[in-house]
Amino acid sequence: MNLTLKVWRQKNAQDAGRFETYTTSEADPEMSFMEMLDIVNQDIIRKGGDPIAFDHDCREGICGTCGVVINGVPHGGHGTTTCQLYMRHFKDGETITIEPWRARPFPVLKDLIVDRAALDRIIVAGGYISASTGSAPDANGILVPKPDSDAAMNYAVCIGCGACVAACPNGSAMLFTAAKVAHLNLLPQGQPERYTRTANMVAQMDKEGFGGCTNHGECTAVCPAHIDMSAIARLNRDLLAATLKGVA
Amino acid sequence: MATVVEPRIAPVKNDNLWYASDSMPPDMAPSGPIAEMWDKHRFEMKLVNPSNRRKFTILVVGSGLAGGAAAATLGEQGYNVKCFCYQDSPRRAHSIAAQGGINAAKNYRNDGDSIYRLFYDTVKGGDFRARESNVYRLAEVSVNIIDQCVAAGVPFAREYGGLLDTRSFGGAQVARTFYARGQTGQQLLLGVYQGLCRQIDRGMVKMYPRTEMLDVVLVDGVARGIITRDMVTGAVEAHAGDAVVLCTGGYGNVYYLSTYARGSNATAIWRAYKRGALFGNPCFVQIHPTCIPVKGEYQSKLTLMSESVRNDGRVWVPKKVGDNRPPGQIPEDERDYYLERMYPSFGNLAPRDIASRAAKRVCDEGRGVGPGGLGVYLDLADSIKRLGKKVIEERYGNLMEMYEQITGENPYEVPIRIFPAVHYTMGGLWVDYNLMSNIPGLFVGGEANFSDHGANRLGASALMQGLSDGYFVLPSTVPDYIASTKFKPVTTDDPAFKEALNETNVRVKRMLSIQGEKTVDDIYRELGQVMWEFCGMGRNDADLRTGLARIPKLREEFWQNVRVPGEGAELNQQLEKAGRVADFLELGELMFIDALHRTESCGAHFREESQYPDGEAKRDDENFRYVAAWEYNGADKPVLHKENLDFEYVHLAVRSYK
Ligand SMILES: Cc1cc2nc3c(=O)[nH]c(=O)nc-3n(C[C@H](O)[C@H](O)[C@H](O)COP(=O)(O)OP(=O)(O)OC[C@H]3O[C@@H](n4cnc5c(N)ncnc54)[C@H](O)[C@@H]3O)c2cc1C
Ligand code: FES
Repeated sequence: MNLTLKVWRQKNAQDAGRFETYTTSEADPEMSFMEMLDIVNQDIIRKGGDPIAFDHDCREGICGTCGVVINGVPHGGHGTTTCQLYMRHFKDGETITIEPWRARPFPVLKDLIVDRAALDRIIVAGGYISASTGSAPDANGILVPKPDSDAAMNYAVCIGCGACVAACPNGSAMLFTAAKVAHLNLLPQGQPERYTRTANMVAQMDKEGFGGCTNHGECTAVCPAHIDMSAIARLNRDLLAATLKGVA
Repeated sequence: MATVVEPRIAPVKNDNLWYASDSMPPDMAPSGPIAEMWDKHRFEMKLVNPSNRRKFTILVVGSGLAGGAAAATLGEQGYNVKCFCYQDSPRRAHSIAAQGGINAAKNYRNDGDSIYRLFYDTVKGGDFRARESNVYRLAEVSVNIIDQCVAAGVPFAREYGGLLDTRSFGGAQVARTFYARGQTGQQLLLGVYQGLCRQIDRGMVKMYPRTEMLDVVLVDGVARGIITRDMVTGAVEAHAGDAVVLCTGGYGNVYYLSTYARGSNATAIWRAYKRGALFGNPCFVQIHPTCIPVKGEYQSKLTLMSESVRNDGRVWVPKKVGDNRPPGQIPEDERDYYLERMYPSFGNLAPRDIASRAAKRVCDEGRGVGPGGLGVYLDLADSIKRLGKKVIEERYGNLMEMYEQITGENPYEVPIRIFPAVHYTMGGLWVDYNLMSNIPGLFVGGEANFSDHGANRLGASALMQGLSDGYFVLPSTVPDYIASTKFKPVTTDDPAFKEALNETNVRVKRMLSIQGEKTVDDIYRELGQVMWEFCGMGRNDADLRTGLARIPKLREEFWQNVRVPGEGAELNQQLEKAGRVADFLELGELMFIDALHRTESCGAHFREESQYPDGEAKRDDENFRYVAAWEYNGADKPVLHKENLDFEYVHLAVRSYK
């Protein structure tokens, strides 16, 4: 396959950044998107240039490290992470635009790599159950109805990639935050801290400068873990309850 | 201890590839009946007064199951913990990718499981090359792990009554594997990560993401710190502490293609080896039978299809050599369900090393399927017929999706194609019962240590070991070490830190200054090919020698002709990779030497010279019933120490799954 790539290049956080154009004739429909980028990078290095920096690790869609905006859509729009996107979805001769996640709380570190530490700080603010090591009761002493456990799992599968933020016109981290809130608040173990957790995580989200949620639904459309908007409804319900209880 | 900055370029001149030594550090296992050892040991441990704990700094490198759980638990106990990882968040450690499940001797199904049976299965599964005392403790602690994970909110699969569900894994005849769909590692790691976040919130753990450890610092022979590189700014920095805990995962990426995350590396443990830590059984590498076959030259990684799929899938190839018909057109009686045929009592759930070799054998016979004949079928058709598509979807949905993305084939309609791939390293830094290396104050947990899995790990046991080490063992043994040690005050102004910082800076500069013709990947790929071809699933003396002879040449090529673009003081992914590959180029050599010296077959290490007439691996207990613990010896040959293994409880026997 012949491809033209328009890639965002930015030396560091201070640099203004710009698009640069690269071409390759060595792409193959069976390659992953990142293997295609590898080939372009090898070529750049051989020619004495600076290869394109992009984040990746597991290359199987689970670690959430990867993620770029491809032709305007985070992860490229095929229901997968960038690393699980295969070149068979592109046409020979196509021009592909590649950009980093764009959101105020995600400063660009270099080229396509952004700093997503704000997401970690939302979890630090309360996205956990306080269970000290060694103090746990027998696992089967806590019965969890299968529907609850299945529903919790549907939210727990979030990989924390940040595509939801990049897709949202408001730059909101609502789907990310709501997925964790919904996972933990659905389980019996999560009940004692249910309302403080919700309030603290939402407060941190606001503090980081993420935008508000106005129900566009762009987030769930690009989510590689297929987390749906019901997470947000659950969060809003618990946030309201937290306010009524005077926790938030 | 000699410190070496210059890479060692020692050509292989003669047959004497190593020195042998009679000395071996003690294993520190307590005396008495095995079932009482851990309790007794814990009782005998010294304690640190809670108000004093804050004064001690523990450096934990790694935020996977082992490192994350250790950092969180030590922080919870009140120690001052610094935790490091190379990813941008601790939640992304490679443990996240584990799919199938975690073992525990809960016996919730009342199917005859017990701590003793898990202990027995693990020792036997490891082909009698693990230390009994450690394995027993692992089995004992396994039951607490599940309790801990559930309390932390891990959404394990449940039955309709609300109880936990389990499934079977290879090498076991009981269903002791707990799981969360096909994302067990993800859910366990997120549980650990959330606990870690809680300690970060409390100010007990300081997290250093995007920070790579490049050296360990010894002061008077004791581990007192590490050297790191900030992967965003490029700053090389020193951190001092009272104990160093390495939980940096396995080194399977020495093969270039593997199921590991691309960043998984050996640097932390290799640097420790070069500072004097013994390296145990480096050649014990697990090659997993169920991975998606290689597609092309450009391939950057291999993807696992969880072993759990073997619960519901049947492995087969055509009976006829060169039968190219599509699978659907091959009638039942022309298919060879070879695992069921060769191992009737374990069938498709034969252990990994055995299943991998069987796959290699049928492919070598010319009966492999798919491109290049390097594949076998894993067929779900019978299970889909029996249980319905929905049940299979529920069990393996995300794996099926992944398979379809990668291959473009629908696994509900055509059988999955699989082939063995490098997956896990049983070898690693040698540790005693306390998980301390032979360097005082240097602890090693998780896949990074030489582990409880002997020469072959059973499925779903790595997650168990990582959490056992991280939640329960290290948080007991590290404080015991702290309580019983008199620490001399050390800061990063100590000459040992200065020297190590300087060495790291020199090395980085040197890599950047070569500016040769080959990319890091060019050389890395070649190294991977040499490792796979000559130190892979079947090993023999001639091949091993051929491979061994190639490594120094590759290393020389690297240090003379590699091109690392960019600068040191910036985010530089090629520089990161170059450092890791430089270490793999040295580690690879030690793996060859270890594989050459062990002329027996055991577990995953199959020496073609040592087999029974039916092709099964032949162990040599008389000569090799030991852990090979290698000591770095500067530019000279490494020194082999031996930890002899005694089997008091599980009697030595030929491992049979027939
Ligand atoms: C695809 C796949 C599926 C698997 N499925 C299963 C399964 O179903 N059941 C099972 O029991 N096991 C499974 N395993 C094995 C298991 O996942 C691993 O053995 C285990 O998770 C390792 O955990 P760990 O904590 O030792 O290391 P890791 O999770 O690998 O963590 C290593 C940590 O060290 C850090 N690190 C490494 N080097 C450095 C450095 N130089 N400086 C700073 N930080 C560093 C990393 O950032 C990371 O945080 C699977 C493995 C793979 C690859
Ligand atoms: S690299 Fe891990 S999800 Fe893409």
